[in-house]
Amino acid sequence: MAKLHISATVNGEPTEFLCEPDETMLDVLRGPLGLTGSKEGCGSGDCGACSITLDGRLVCSCLMLAAEAEGADIRTIEGMAEGDTLHPLQRKFLEMAALQCGICTPGMLVAAKALLDRNPDPSESEVRYWLAGNLCRCTGYDKIVRAVLETAAEMREAVR
Amino acid sequence: MSDMRYVVPRTLDEAVGAFAEAKGAARILAGGTDLLVQMRAGAVRPGLVIDIKKIAELTGIEETADGGFRIGGAVAGARLAEHPRFGKVWPGLLEAINLIGSTQVQGRASAGGNLCNGSPAADSVPAMVAAGAVATLQGPKGRREMPVEDVPAGPGRTNLQPGEILVGFILPPRPLGSGDAYLRMIPRTEMDIAVVGCGVNLTLKDGVCTAARVGLGAVAPTVLRVDAAAKALIGSRLDAAALDAAAAACRAACHPIDDKRGTIAYRTEVAGVLLKRAAGIAADRAKGA
Repeated sequence: MAKLHISATVNGEPTEFLCEPDETMLDVLRGPLGLTGSKEGCGSGDCGACSITLDGRLVCSCLMLAAEAEGADIRTIEGMAEGDTLHPLQRKFLEMAALQCGICTPGMLVAAKALLDRNPDPSESEVRYWLAGNLCRCTGYDKIVRAVLETAAEMREAVR
Repeated sequence: MSDMRYVVPRTLDEAVGAFAEAKGAARILAGGTDLLVQMRAGAVRPGLVIDIKKIAELTGIEETADGGFRIGGAVAGARLAEHPRFGKVWPGLLEAINLIGSTQVQGRASAGGNLCNGSPAADSVPAMVAAGAVATLQGPKGRREMPVEDVPAGPGRTNLQPGEILVGFILPPRPLGSGDAYLRMIPRTEMDIAVVGCGVNLTLKDGVCTAARVGLGAVAPTVLRVDAAAKALIGSRLDAAALDAAAAACRAACHPIDDKRGTIAYRTEVAGVLLKRAAGIAADRAKGA
């Protein structure tokens, strides 16, 4: 079967790739596109380590066919920092040691950014529910949630 | 190399044509949150995947002139949550749909997929049944409507004919003083499969219940519409005796499996508990309406 030719925007860059019809977006990100920041934890949508945004919507890239990206705006962890300047969430995760092994971190960051883009002032319980689909195998949830809340507070302060 | 094909029809006719032509080798792709998991596990090996998300009718949310709603079969839960009116009119149904999976899953998963996947524990289905939702189906022989409770045929099976696609849901207009609620029992707070799910939709007039529908999930091979429970509520002021009778009717309707999630006795007991609590929430909402 012929490969499919897909045109999409990945982290703001017009991008073209070839994929098999049954390949997932995660396969293509990590393979031909070389964007290995998105991790494959479970491959079944349970762990959130492969989180990306698709036209601004948080999704698991393992639960999406690469072919579905045609014409879409895809954002991954690689597009989060601006050049050498880390996104406030990335900086805060470092400052507050909100990571241990790091496998869940890209997904946590992408998911947390999607939350703060929608809701700049989430409660702790809103953060916990929003991130319920992002599993941390080191069980470091508390520091992650605190870092997200701290970042939100700092970003609110910055826009004042 | 894969021998699967992927197509993105722009019209329903095109989709139905491709689906019928594939004679059972095709699968419909809406949000994909069940299909891709099944493909990865090797449980299904479709020769053709038909992505229905570029068909306008499958992705629309429309409040009709009579106060009802039409929801496309492929509309993601997150989109329904963002709709300015849907959650105000159908708060219980929206809660049920939004209970499916994580934020990531909500970004993709649809109520149409939840119904067609055929799980007895599907969260949106008891609430749809309680709401009196009707599924619109289109196949090679044209279009027809089917009450949501008639769609599931058993675990993983539906009563859709070969080549038929679920186009969407029709929700009836809401009489004044109506409220709905959905509750599910899971041993944790998020990201789990219902041990029991219960949807209640009712209308109150001067404190008396004038209409009710009850849907129960995860207590039988298909989601159930429990008319005996609705009957026990209708005509009452939702007093303790009426709620006890409705709970007993729910328990009598249960014929669940015994598994690691819950025993037969436990699921049966909980079905009655959830009925009472969901009826209470639905009644509060009806009074507020």
